Amino acid sequence: MKLTDGETRMLDGREGKAKQKAMELLVRYGEALGAERFVDTTNVAGVPGQSSVFLDKHYAGRKTEAHGAYDTLFSLFDLDSDEIVDVPQVATHSCHLQGGVDPENWQVLGATPKAAQVARDSEAGAVDKGVKILKTCTPYLAGNVPKLGEHCAWMESSAVVYCNSVLGARTNTEGRESTSAAMLTAKIPDFGFHRDEHRRGTHAVEVAVEVDSLMDWGMLGYFVGDVVQERIPVLTGRLGKPDLVRYKHFGAAAASSGGVEMYHIVGVTPEAPTARAAFGGNEPVETFRYDAAARRRVYETLNSAARDPNVDYVMLGCPHAALEQIEEACRLLAGRKISGNCRLWIFTSRAVKQQADALGYTKVVRDAGGHVLTDTCSAIGQALPPGTKVAALDSAKQVHYLPAIMGIQAWFGSTADCIDAALNGRWNGALR
Amino acid sequence: MSESEIITLRGRKVVGGIAEGEALVTRQTISGWGGVNPMQGAVIETRHELRGVSFKDKVLVFPGAKGSSGWSVCFHLARLAGTAPKAMVFNEMTTKVALGAVVMRVPSVTDLDRNPLDVIETGDWVVVNGDLGYVEVHKQASAARRA
Repeated sequence: MKLTDGETRMLDGREGKAKQKAMELLVRYGEALGAERFVDTTNVAGVPGQSSVFLDKHYAGRKTEAHGAYDTLFSLFDLDSDEIVDVPQVATHSCHLQGGVDPENWQVLGATPKAAQVARDSEAGAVDKGVKILKTCTPYLAGNVPKLGEHCAWMESSAVVYCNSVLGARTNTEGRESTSAAMLTAKIPDFGFHRDEHRRGTHAVEVAVEVDSLMDWGMLGYFVGDVVQERIPVLTGRLGKPDLVRYKHFGAAAASSGGVEMYHIVGVTPEAPTARAAFGGNEPVETFRYDAAARRRVYETLNSAARDPNVDYVMLGCPHAALEQIEEACRLLAGRKISGNCRLWIFTSRAVKQQADALGYTKVVRDAGGHVLTDTCSAIGQALPPGTKVAALDSAKQVHYLPAIMGIQAWFGSTADCIDAALNGRWNGALR
Repeated sequence: MSESEIITLRGRKVVGGIAEGEALVTRQTISGWGGVNPMQGAVIETRHELRGVSFKDKVLVFPGAKGSSGWSVCFHLARLAGTAPKAMVFNEMTTKVALGAVVMRVPSVTDLDRNPLDVIETGDWVVVNGDLGYVEVHKQASAARRA
C-alpha cells in the first residue's frame, strides 16, 4: 500500500504504540483486500472494546497493573495486537453500535449479573475514550446521519446498506477490528464502496407486484439479497415511495439473505436519478423479476422454520424500532392485554426509547404486558423469554437469524400479525 | 490414474503462511455471525448445505462471505476457541472475508486461475501457500472415493 507521511508516522510508532498497532492491522487488512491506499474517515461506527463473558474470561490472565481490562481487550482483540498498549482518545467521530444487554432491564432479558457488569464496564471504557454510546444498530435514527459522499467506516450490515443506498455516504461493511483501528487513526482502506466505480448497479430487478407495506418491503429485500448475493441491484417497477422504516427493513433483509451493501431505486435513492445513472455505464449482468409467485415463495421460505401455531414470544424491533413503529404497536395493542402464554419485547435505541417514554408509548406497552427494551435484541443478546419455543417476528432479517441462533421456530408476518399473535397466543398470519 | 494426482492453482496472497489439511468445500457463501457457531466451529445457518458440519482444522474452500458484519469477530472467536479452519481458499473478495482471514491469522488465497470450487472436493488434501499465493490439491485416490 502507498502510505502518506502521516500514515507512515503512525505505522513507525511516532504517534504512539496504539496507533502503530492500529495501522499495522489496517495495512494487513488493506493488503488482504488488494487496496492501494487509505481514505480519511470522519465517521466510524463499531463496537470498540465490547467485552463478553467469554472474552472477559479469555483475557483475564493478561490484565496487568499498568493496563485495565478495557485496554487489554482493545489491544489483544480489537487491534489483534500481541502486545497490550495504552489506548488513546479516538481520533475521529466514533459511535458505539448495539450491545448485548439492556443496562436497565437486563433482568427482564435473563442476563446474569456478571454479564450486566461486563457490559457496564465495557461501556465505561468506551465513554472514557470519547466514543458516543448510541448502542443501536440504527445510528441514523439516533443522531448519526452521515452526509452525501462522506467516507465512513461502519459495521452492522443493515446500517451499512442504509448509509450507502439511502444517504449516499460511503462505507464498506467493516468489522469490529477495522472500525476500532479506524477510530484511533481516522483511516480505512480505499476499497469497494469508497470508490465511484464500485457504487454502480450491476443487476436489474423489475418489481412486477405492488410493494407498499412494510412486510412487503422486507420480503422484497429478502428476495433481492437471495438473487443478487453481494452485487448491486437497481430496482424499478411497482414500488410505493419507501419511507425510513421501509428502507430499514428492505436493506436489512437484503443484507441477510445475501450480502447487499448498496442498492439503487430509480428515481428515489440519491445516486439513481435515472436507471442510466444508477448503472453508470454498466450493462446489467442479469435481470430478475419479482412477481406474485416470487413473493409467495419468499413468504414460504421465511416461514419454513415454523410449524406450531402456538406463539409464546413476539419480538419487534429488528433493526431497532423507529418511534413510529412503537406508536403503531401501541395503536394495535389498543388497551388490551397480551396473552398469558406469550411475551412481547420491542427493541429500540436509547434515543428512541427516551421519546417513547415521554410520549407514553412505553407505558402502553407495559400496561399490555410487554416491554420496550434497548441496546440489543434476541439475536445479538441471545436472549429469549424462558421456555420460548415459537416466536413471531415482523423482520425478515430476524427470522433469517433467530431460529438458527436460538434453535426455535419462528413465524414471519406483518406487525399487525405479530401483535395479533401476542394478544391471542396463536399465529393467524397469512400472505394477503 | 495415480493415487495422488496433484493440481496446482495459482492466485494471490490474502494472508501469508503455509498450512495443509483436508478440504471442506461448499458452493454456498458463508455467513459469520448467526451463520456459524464459533465455539463449536460449525455452520448453523438454517438452509446451508454445511449445516452442522465442523470446519475446525479443515481447509475451508468457499465462494465468499455474506451476511452480518460480525464475520471477522466470529472467526476471530473461532481462533481463540481453537475451532478455526487451518486455511481458507475463496473466490470473492469482500471486506468481511479479508478482515476475517487477517484476524484468524490463517494462510488464505484468492483470485485463483481456475475455480477452486470446480477443482477441489471435500476430502481432498490441500496445501495452501499464502506467501506465494498458490494452492496444491492432492486429489483423493479414486479407489478411496468409491469406497
